[in-house]
Amino acid sequence: MKIKQVSCFVENQPGRLESALEALKAEKINIRALCVAETSEFGIMRMVLSDSAKGAEALRKAGFTVKETVVLQKDMPDQPGGLLDTVAKPLARAGINLEYFYAFIDPTPGTASIVLKVSDPDKAEKVMGQ
Amino acid sequence: MIWSPKFETMPRPEMEKLQLERLKALAARVYEKVPFYRQAFQQKGVTPDSIKSLADLRRLPFTTKQDFRDNYPLGLLTVPMEQICRVHASSGTTGKPVVAPYTANDLRMWTEVMARTLTSAGVTKNDVLQNCYGYGLFTGGMGFHYGGERVGACVIPTSTGNTKRQLMLIQDIGTTVLTCTPSYTLILAEGAKEIGLDLRTTKLRLAVCGAEPWSEQMRADIEARMPIKAVDIYGLTEVVGPGVSVECEHRCGLHVFEDNFLPEIINPQTGEPLPFGEKGELVLTTLTKEGQPVIRFRTKDITTLHAEPCKCGRTLVRMDKVTGRTDDMLKIRGVNVFPSQIESVLLQVEGVEPQYLIIVDRARNLDDLEVWVEVSEDVFSDEMKKMEALKKKVTDELESTLGIGVKVKLVEPKSIARTEGKAKRVMDRREMGLK
Repeated sequence: MKIKQVSCFVENQPGRLESALEALKAEKINIRALCVAETSEFGIMRMVLSDSAKGAEALRKAGFTVKETVVLQKDMPDQPGGLLDTVAKPLARAGINLEYFYAFIDPTPGTASIVLKVSDPDKAEKVMGQ
Repeated sequence: MIWSPKFETMPRPEMEKLQLERLKALAARVYEKVPFYRQAFQQKGVTPDSIKSLADLRRLPFTTKQDFRDNYPLGLLTVPMEQICRVHASSGTTGKPVVAPYTANDLRMWTEVMARTLTSAGVTKNDVLQNCYGYGLFTGGMGFHYGGERVGACVIPTSTGNTKRQLMLIQDIGTTVLTCTPSYTLILAEGAKEIGLDLRTTKLRLAVCGAEPWSEQMRADIEARMPIKAVDIYGLTEVVGPGVSVECEHRCGLHVFEDNFLPEIINPQTGEPLPFGEKGELVLTTLTKEGQPVIRFRTKDITTLHAEPCKCGRTLVRMDKVTGRTDDMLKIRGVNVFPSQIESVLLQVEGVEPQYLIIVDRARNLDDLEVWVEVSEDVFSDEMKKMEALKKKVTDELESTLGIGVKVKLVEPKSIARTEGKAKRVMDRREMGLK
């Protein structure tokens, strides 16, 4: 399933995460999933928000550089081999590269979920099944 | 030792008489031969005949770096091109380079002032001089080369770079004198440490350093790390190259070879001359240059002139170590860097905002250039490899334009302070003494 992800450029400094989160809280935006890719100088904070458009706007207003991108979300069984069988194997066979991904446990019992950015989202969706 | 006692210890009245004579002849020549000067004189309402005493120098027009650019390449020549036998040029990093053409007499004069320079610094015919200034268009390499040969020293023309080979030659040939930028002495000291070479076991004893501003603190540091005395020299392409002034063994300022280069200090805002002892912008007039003399060149270097004779016996006017510049040009590891260059590079990288901050520091006594670039939405990506590619692209573009190493830091928008009017683009921590 294609979903919207909000990415935010954050300097690797005390207080920066706080500012970003304050901006979201003020607009009553909930973070459903979150992952940070960091370097010694800055981080890219990637989030799935309860309302992407509103969340992105709130962050922009707070002075952050923000980008909304389309990523894939895929549910999978919360069991050994779940990620391997549902995601890794089909993508590898189809020759699709993963740019990044982050996984979390779904509120539905027995289900885990993954957010992923791939080189070819349409094909990825096809090979993993809806 | 004094290379040319006749000129270097000339009594003041005699020196001033000589300067006036030469100034009158110079003014008459540029007025006749160079349309640019004739026009500039006319705008100021002066003719060569207006010069009755040295005090009339202030009535003559200034010449700026821009005038050199406007008259590029050879518009300021006073002799036919056939008489020019060598051309050097500045790096030209801000556009057209400043061209420095020399006649045979100019080269003789230059070699003479370089012989004086090296002698004052303490070089003798018994020295082995390793010349680590760049050979080529830059005046440093060949200026020191011919000066060294004139003194009778053995010159090793290593030019810049290749630190390991420099250290090998220091040991194997028995180098006693280094001529290089002050920062390069420290690179050599670090290189020696890395290969386990104790420089005290070599014959090194002296470094003649210039081409970038350096503090007394840095000198102390150089001398603590190497078994050498570090001597300061000063010069510039528009005037002659190295050879304008140099310290003597007493280190109480740099003696200006004022029979060739007439110095003044002016208030950079008003252009009014300032008396001895007052700090301002150094202005130089070449009294003996044939090919491309210059009238009242505004060096933009900040210093003070002193007239009291020195204990060394020289009667020449002394200038303090240059402490700064009137414009925003940065001299980093001997290379001229203008904020505008950085801006134009950033503007060429698609999507990068020209919001930047230049931080110059001297960590470990080497100039470091850090450029902060704000990340706009146009260049921001959720993918790290794209952010890294962006950083690399900006770094590569800056380094290839500036010719020196640059550390690029990506920062959040608005994290660089905005100011009303002229933006504060440069933070020079070297001047602030924050170490």
